[in-house]
Amino acid sequence: MLRDITLGQYYPVDSVLHRMDPRTKLFGTMAYIVSLFIADHLLAYVAATIFLVIAIRMSKVPVKFMVRGLKSVVVLLLISVSFNLFLTPGTPIFKIGFIQMTWEGVEFAAFMAIRLIYLVLGSTILTLTTTPNQLTDGLEKSLGFLGKVGVPVHEVSMMMSIALRFIPILIEETDKIMKAQMARGADFESGNLIQKAKAMVPLLVPLFISAFRRATDLAMAMEARCYRGGDGRTKMKPLRYEARDRMAYAFYLGYFVVIIAIKVLL
Amino acid sequence: MAIEIKNLNHIYGKDTIFEQYALKNINLTIEDGEFIGLIGHTGSGKSTLTQHLNGLLKASDGDILYNGENIYKEGYSLKDLRSKVGLVFQYPEHQLFEVDVFSDVCFGPKNLGLLPSEVEERAKEALEMVGLDENFYKQSPFELSGGQKRRVAIAGVLAMKPEVLILDEPTAGLDPRGRDDILGLVEKLHKEQGITIILVSHSMEDVAKYVSRLVVMNQGEKMFDGTPKEVFRHYKELEKIGLAAPQITYVVQALRARGIMVSEDVTTVEEARDEILKLWKR
Repeated sequence: MLRDITLGQYYPVDSVLHRMDPRTKLFGTMAYIVSLFIADHLLAYVAATIFLVIAIRMSKVPVKFMVRGLKSVVVLLLISVSFNLFLTPGTPIFKIGFIQMTWEGVEFAAFMAIRLIYLVLGSTILTLTTTPNQLTDGLEKSLGFLGKVGVPVHEVSMMMSIALRFIPILIEETDKIMKAQMARGADFESGNLIQKAKAMVPLLVPLFISAFRRATDLAMAMEARCYRGGDGRTKMKPLRYEARDRMAYAFYLGYFVVIIAIKVLL
Repeated sequence: MAIEIKNLNHIYGKDTIFEQYALKNINLTIEDGEFIGLIGHTGSGKSTLTQHLNGLLKASDGDILYNGENIYKEGYSLKDLRSKVGLVFQYPEHQLFEVDVFSDVCFGPKNLGLLPSEVEERAKEALEMVGLDENFYKQSPFELSGGQKRRVAIAGVLAMKPEVLILDEPTAGLDPRGRDDILGLVEKLHKEQGITIILVSHSMEDVAKYVSRLVVMNQGEKMFDGTPKEVFRHYKELEKIGLAAPQITYVVQALRARGIMVSEDVTTVEEARDEILKLWKR
């Protein structure tokens, strides 16, 4: 049951995108999101589609797996589409009472839906091809300049990677404790809200205790290996840009030029 | 017959790349009053199998009959099943949550909807069975030692008065003394209460002394099923799958290789001692 949660799930295959520097992918994703908000012409969406198709192809992740990530935004998508459909002023298609649908609304809603779907797919590619650790590594390095103004970049990124690392462990632990209590006749499903909240106590108390136990164990293990924070710490695999990263940046640049050209010229 | 497992299959993460066969076509009948050792290496599917027996996991394919009734039949109460087939998880002390030992043991019977007086009665009985007296009742379970915590957790399951008790690695993380205590307790429950016991372990050494039947699992499949004597004869095959027969089996085999014909049926140190002495005197 809880195993099915796909939160920033990594899809382990070997592809160019998987091997790419996380900074390149981070930057690419951000650039892509920005481009989606700049785009307001059909041609720009064609360009965005091409970009997405190329990225999906290169990632070697089955499309089926990617589309699954869209399930989480279906509600949001429906709400924003219906708002745009019915609340955009313009030439009406039909009118019932105060509700009217306009041609402009249809156009607007379609673009909005495409924008949202592409946005989710774009960021899904990032999380599917990058392990959480690579991601925080990339963030740490890209935001390293903030350290000069006193932001503890290393510590924050360390906290992030530990938090991400522990999500699957805690999910598994929750699953185990739930089963153990169900074996003792606990019931997590039926009853009203108050009964349900009460039923969570036998789950949450052991879960908290185990989270604290794991935290102290981890702290001990880190200290035993002389962890003292980021100062002077070197990496076994430092991030370094390769030829494929330079090519990716060139590709981003070309893509952005096209998007801006469409915006300015059309 | 108590539990009958028919052509059981279980697949984790079906239809994803993470798909994995955890159990392959398991057939097993567990009679009332048996004391079974379920042995397998890490990841052999033994824990997965036990979680099917009280309906915590649903099989991808196959059936489980409890006292002749199919537990997957519509309308079959899994809650009833769970009170009859008690499952003690690995590191059961991690499930303790109440303010004191006594209320924690009460959790199970309370969930069965019994009267408060009977709940307390059962909790007292269960705590007595695991050898914890009244001095422990009002203590916080988190202040106890590892072995004591585990007894409390086992009592928590016993208080539901199960007909079958499954213990998943009940000795994991305990010192030799704690291990012998727990296994002795399990043996006592089997003898005095007549409870059917399924003891899950990866150590032959631990279970050889107690069980009357051994089921060996390997990579989701049942590999051997028989008395310890029968199973230990395959000690070379057992080694191949990362298990080992008890050390005494190796001593006996080494003696036989030198022409000292100690009986192969020996499974415990005590039996081996008697056998060797018998040969010596002759």
